This record gives sequence, C-alpha cells and structure tokens, in this order.
Amino acid sequence: MNISTGRFGPLLAGAMAAFAVTAAAVDADAQEPKRGGTAIIQMKGEQRILNPALRASTGVYYITGKIVEPLIDKSYDGYEPVLATEWSSSEDGLEITFKLREGVKWHDGEDFTCDDVSFTAMNMWKELLNYSTTLQQNLEAVDCPDPHTAVFKYSKPMPMDLMLAAMPDLGHPMPAHLYEGTDILKNEHNTAPVGTGPFKFVEYQRGQYVIAERNDDYWRGEEYPYLDRIVWRFITDSSAAAAALEAGEVHESGFIGVSMADVERLSEDDRFDVGTKGYENNVAHSTVEFNHRNPILADLKVRQAIYHALDIDAAIETIMRGYAKPGRGPVPSTGGANYTDDVPTYPFDIEKAKAMLDEAGYPAGDDGVRFKLRHRPAPWGEYTQLWAEFYAQSLKKVGIDVEILTNDAPGFLTGVYRDHDFDTANGWHQFRADPAVSTMVWLRSGSPNGTPWTNQFGWQSDEVDAMIDAAASELDPEKRAEMYHELQRISMAELPVIFAIEHPFISVTSKKLINHHNTPRWNSSSWYDLWLDQ
Amino acid sequence: MPILIYALRRALQAVPVIILIMIGAFLLLKLAPGDTVDALVGDMGGADAQFIARLRAEYGLDQPIWVQLWRYMIKFLQFDFGWSFVYEQPVSVVLMERIGTTLMLMAASLFFAFTFGVGLGAIAARKAYSTTDNVISTLGLVFYATPSFFLSLMMIVVFSVKLGWLPVGGIKTVAGFYTGWKHVWDVALHLVMPTAALSLIYLAFYLRLMRASVLEVAELDYVRTARAKGAGEARLMFHHIMRNALLPVITLLGLQFSTLLGGSVVVESVFSLPGLGSLAYQSVVQRDLNTLMGIIFMSSVVVVAVNFLTDLLYARLDSRIELA
Repeated sequence: MNISTGRFGPLLAGAMAAFAVTAAAVDADAQEPKRGGTAIIQMKGEQRILNPALRASTGVYYITGKIVEPLIDKSYDGYEPVLATEWSSSEDGLEITFKLREGVKWHDGEDFTCDDVSFTAMNMWKELLNYSTTLQQNLEAVDCPDPHTAVFKYSKPMPMDLMLAAMPDLGHPMPAHLYEGTDILKNEHNTAPVGTGPFKFVEYQRGQYVIAERNDDYWRGEEYPYLDRIVWRFITDSSAAAAALEAGEVHESGFIGVSMADVERLSEDDRFDVGTKGYENNVAHSTVEFNHRNPILADLKVRQAIYHALDIDAAIETIMRGYAKPGRGPVPSTGGANYTDDVPTYPFDIEKAKAMLDEAGYPAGDDGVRFKLRHRPAPWGEYTQLWAEFYAQSLKKVGIDVEILTNDAPGFLTGVYRDHDFDTANGWHQFRADPAVSTMVWLRSGSPNGTPWTNQFGWQSDEVDAMIDAAASELDPEKRAEMYHELQRISMAELPVIFAIEHPFISVTSKKLINHHNTPRWNSSSWYDLWLDQ
Repeated sequence: MPILIYALRRALQAVPVIILIMIGAFLLLKLAPGDTVDALVGDMGGADAQFIARLRAEYGLDQPIWVQLWRYMIKFLQFDFGWSFVYEQPVSVVLMERIGTTLMLMAASLFFAFTFGVGLGAIAARKAYSTTDNVISTLGLVFYATPSFFLSLMMIVVFSVKLGWLPVGGIKTVAGFYTGWKHVWDVALHLVMPTAALSLIYLAFYLRLMRASVLEVAELDYVRTARAKGAGEARLMFHHIMRNALLPVITLLGLQFSTLLGGSVVVESVFSLPGLGSLAYQSVVQRDLNTLMGIIFMSSVVVVAVNFLTDLLYARLDSRIELA
C-alpha cells in the first residue's frame, strides 16, 4: 500500500548492516543458474490496477515491475540504466535529456521509442499519477529530437538528483500506441499491462491470482529471464499465508505478509530466509501526529514530554521484533546524503516527562489524570494498531488518559486529514525517493483539507515553508542536503509530528529462490536474474 | 394455473420492496465516513490534492448526494449496475466472477449440513438420552461453539502443513493448468476444507432443531394412532414423524439460503476463496458503493425468491397449508 525509494550514498552499507538482521545472503556466483520453473508469490492486498504510470504504489510494482520497466532502476551500486541508457541535465536545470535504449520492443511487437516516453510523461506522469503530479507540475513538454532521445523541459529548475531518485518508481513509460486516443483511466491495458519487461502479462483473476510468463524476446539477451513463469496469489489472511509458505505452496511473502509472530517463528526455520534486505528503499515511519488546534498540544513542552514518555526501544523490540530503529525526523537513515543524525533527541525518561508536564501547567488531578486525549490509530495492520496501544499505555504512566477511537481506512483518513476530529493520531508513512516528493508534505503548510498524509495538523512555520520550497528546486546537491539537514533539526526541535520509528518491510523467502533481495527495491524490480533451485 | 398467478403477484409485490431497499441502502452507505476515493488513496499510500480532486470529479463524487442517488437509480432501473472504481470493471462483471465460487461453496455446505444434520438429529431423537444421543448432541455442541476461523486454521495446520494432503487455499492450483476431470478433481480438493468448515457449523443448527422437532412430533396423538393401527417403526419415522418434523427445519433452511449469496467472510478469507462474502466486506472497507449496491440487489432478489420457494415447499409437505 505504500511506495518509496531511498537515495544511496556511502551511508548505504552502514544502514544495511543495521537492518539486515537474519537475511542470509546467497552467493549466487557459486552456483550455475537453472532455467525454468514457476515462482509463486503471496500478496496480502490487491491494488486491482496494473499500470505503474497511473498508480504509484509498491502493491502495483510488486506485480508490474516484472512486466513494465522504468527508465532507470536502482542497484546497490547506484542508478542502473534500464530503458534509458544515459541522462544529463542542462546547466540551468530546465532541461533533462534521456538517451533511450535501442532495439527494445513492447510485448506486442512494436518498437519502444521517445513517443512512448513523451506521451506517458505528459498524459500520465504529469496528469494522473499520484505524487508524480507534484514532481512533474512544472513539466512543459517532452521533445523527441530523434526516436531515442527524450528531452524533458521544465519551467522551473528540476534538480537532477531529485529526478533520478524519483524515476525508478515514478518513471515507467507505457506504450503510447495502446493509449493514444482512449480514455486513459478506463483503458483495458490498465489491468492487462503491455510492457518491455522480462515477463509478459497472461491473466488476472481478481481476488485470486495474476500470472505472467517468460518473454522470449527480452532485450537483455536470450538467457534472461531464468524463470518460466511468475504467479502472484492473493492470500489476505496472514495465518493462511504462513501455512502456504510452510506447505511449500508459496515461495515469497513480501511487505510483511504474515504476522510478526510467524515472522519470528519462520526466521528460525532453515527452509526460509527472513529479513529486511532488499527493502532499503521502502522505509516507513511509525508516527505520532498532533492536532495543534488543541491548546494543550500546541504547547511544545507537552509534545516534548510525550516524546520522553515513549520507550521507543521497547516498542521496537516488542512490536517490530527488532526489525526497526528509532526515527530521527522526516528523513530516514537510508535517505543518503539528505540524512543526518545530528538532531535533538528525546530519550525515554518518565520522570522528566512528568516534570515537563507539571512545568507546562498540567498537574495530575486527584485521580492521577492530567488531561485526556482522543487518539485515532490508522488501520494499516499489525504495527500501527499495536503502536497505538503502546502509545496509550505509555502516556497513562505519565498521567495522560488516551481514548483510542478505532476506525477503518476511509474513516481514519477523513477523521484526521479532512475533519481534524482528533487530538493525536498514529499512522505509517513511507519515505518516497526524496524528501521533496515525500515527507516534506508533513511540514509544508497549505495543503487543501482532506489531502491524506499531509500537514493537516494546524502547524505552520513560514521559515520551514520557505526552506522546503527552496530545497525543491536547488540544483546543487550539497546545498540541497544542507537544507534537508536543517529541516530535520527543526522538525526534531519543534515536533510538529513525531517520526518515532523507522522500519523497512520484511520478506519471508523460500531458500529455493536464488538471487532474491539483491537490489534495494527488490520486490518492485524486474527479477530478470531470479531463479528457482529445484 | 393458480400457482403462476400466485408467483406473478408475489413478483409484482417485490418490485417496490426492492426499490425501497436500494434507496435505503444507498443513503445508509453514504452515512459512513469517507468515500471510495479516500479508500483508494489510502491503498495507494497517498496522493496529492489535485489528483484527489480529479478522481472525485471523474467518479461523480463531487455532486450532492441527491444527484448521485438520482443518477444511480435511473441507471439501476435500466438494469445497469454501474462501474466499480475499485475493480475498474463493470459491477455486473465483478459480481459474475464471484458468484460461481460462492454458489458452489454454499450449496455444497448447505447440502452436506442439511442431510447429515437432519439424519443425525432424527437418530438422536429416536434414541433420546442414550449414549448415541449423548455423543451426537455433544458433537453438535462442539461444532456449534467452535468459531469457524479456528476450525479452518486447525484444519489447515493438520491437513495441509503437517500431512500435506490438501491445498492451503484458493479455488484451484494456479500454475497447474489442468483441464477436464483433472480440473474438476483439483477444484474439489480445494473445496474440501472450506466446505467442511462451513457446514459443520450449519450442521449443528439442523441437528439440534431436528432432534427437538422429532421429539415433539413423536408425542403427538396422530403418531400414537398410527402406532396403534400397526405402522412399523420405519414407516412411522419416515412417513409420519419426519415429514412433519421437517417444517421448522425447512424454515431455517429457507432463512439460511437467503444468506447464501452473502457467503462467509471468515471462511472465504482464510481459504483465499474469491466469493461474494469477502467481496461485500471489501466493498464496505473500500466504500465501493456500486459493487455493494449490486450485491444488495442480488441478495434481495434471492431473499424474495427463496421465501416464495419456501412457501411452495410448505404447501407440499403439509397439505393443510394453502397458497393464497
């Protein structure tokens, strides 16, 4: 249900070491890859749309990543050319040029050219793709000087590192010849995609499965892909998903498709690799969100006291079973150069929290209660529900009574982001590629009421707003990173939102799959080198 | 043909009822917080304001509720159930894809439950308060009290994970590409555990009702008369007692048949079966109004039809009851 890409620099190795808990790295060089076989993948939810240029979500890429390819992908060594072979930016940042790969054919036999890129960029990325509409809002035109060169023209400077960070997720060209002149949102290929990838779409049975089979004309060469077929099965019940893994009916369960109790149990089973490797790009924050319209919460001391009252390490151990680390503001530790850990922190200290609440003018009453808060937990699965309960229990210990208002997804999104009917809320939000197209919306004021995952908290700072806008079009990567470090520091000092815990997703993978989780966005990638040892 | 006239009258009476149900359901569903765009955006992991506004205009959700209701009803009266924005397909297609699985599962479960429930109930009643009765009644109680998700998961652990006899879930082996009898056998294997899980609970209902009903009827005067004129135990049981004892069981069967299209959310989700139950649940969570209205429509039609059939069956079982 979420997407993200992270940016990688020298920090990557450190971040990986910290995250990779039990994932066993398989030395693929030691074995000769075998051709053939069907990989079966479990999915918890179903996006029902299979067009990555209309819906930016890992739930879509998990399937379409094998069928439709992006211009650029990401590997542990940096950006990897896929449909684009070279890229460059003009001095003023107003023109970005991609050289496109020659000799690539769509699955229906047509050539892949700049027309496809131009059509998709102008009609889908700029108009219809969530998050991309912000990224591409200043895109004026995509010119095609020759069939294999695409020139993106912007009315305001577009930082190259922002564009690159966004492209693996938000840069999938679709075949123009199948979309031109049709109602794009109702085009039949949205659920039966035609791409250039190593696998061709075969069948989508809603609520049951998707099948894709080997593309014999794949541009990387005859030996790729190794697999004959991939099947995605929708198994919503997490216990049933764990049973399917154990019975050998499923080879991979990604994005925490089984319960955490089963994650822990299967991690001790030597038939499976369990871990967070391959999710470095898919890091999310578990948050505490404040409604600053409430005068109690508008007091910075109260927010800081709440942070001090939360035993983050205990939450990580009990809820996330160690597969997480404490948050440090709106950029996660996998955020590359834009990340800094030089920020104010709030270590767990109940006595200090109590003292700060006294100081703020909220002494405990006769019943030990200082004040009451109405809290909305997001229904995004095990983490968010348990984190809400953990939060309520922690605050009870310092004399804050938290009433939890349980709600389903539309109820939560409208209750918090449109009606502002909450005191505190907790959710989970992914870092997407670059702060400019992801977490900055938590701090930037001015989003219309009802826009989910934005600053609907009644918190506003002119300084922060100006800095966010400047960073989004700053061309010098170093200056840009400096701005994001400053924004992180302000966010940790002012606490408009608590970015309490950062956690990647977890996969349970059968050891029969070889070459799995070998890129930082593996579950979204093309799997051309994945093979089955059986 | 009085029965045809009777059927026609019942059908005509049903039309305003169904229209009222549809209007009521539409307004009720609109009371829930949030709409399908909120749900879709939630699924995507977020979107920006322009995107959301555009989607809402595209789906007609920016219009006042009365306009939306008017548009829906106009289409509905032409038997057009609209477009599901969640599935990106016409609602009729979404429903047709699901209905087969649900019918197969529910028909198998109800048949199994009815046959065995009635049989066991009758045996238990004839041997009332014996060991046989105690065993049957206790089993019934256990089935009745076991939550279906627990029963389902335990069966999966035993028969799929430990023994490896039966598939964990789904309706067929996806990458098997079986055809002909192999396909039938494959689907049957996949349905064994869900059918068992669902029918054991229904079975308990029928068993207890049948036992009580047979005990009651067996005390009646006409049974004593039949016994006095020399009817054998078997004839007494099948001809005299069971026929009358079945009436309340038929009532229950009629009621449960009405929920047939609803399927079972729990069993369908544990066994990953694409049925109407999980579709209805998903549609509520997704605020997929058109799909949900389609399901409500089908269900109301089935309720009306089953009520009619139940009445016919009553008249057949007990000729004192007349159709009017």
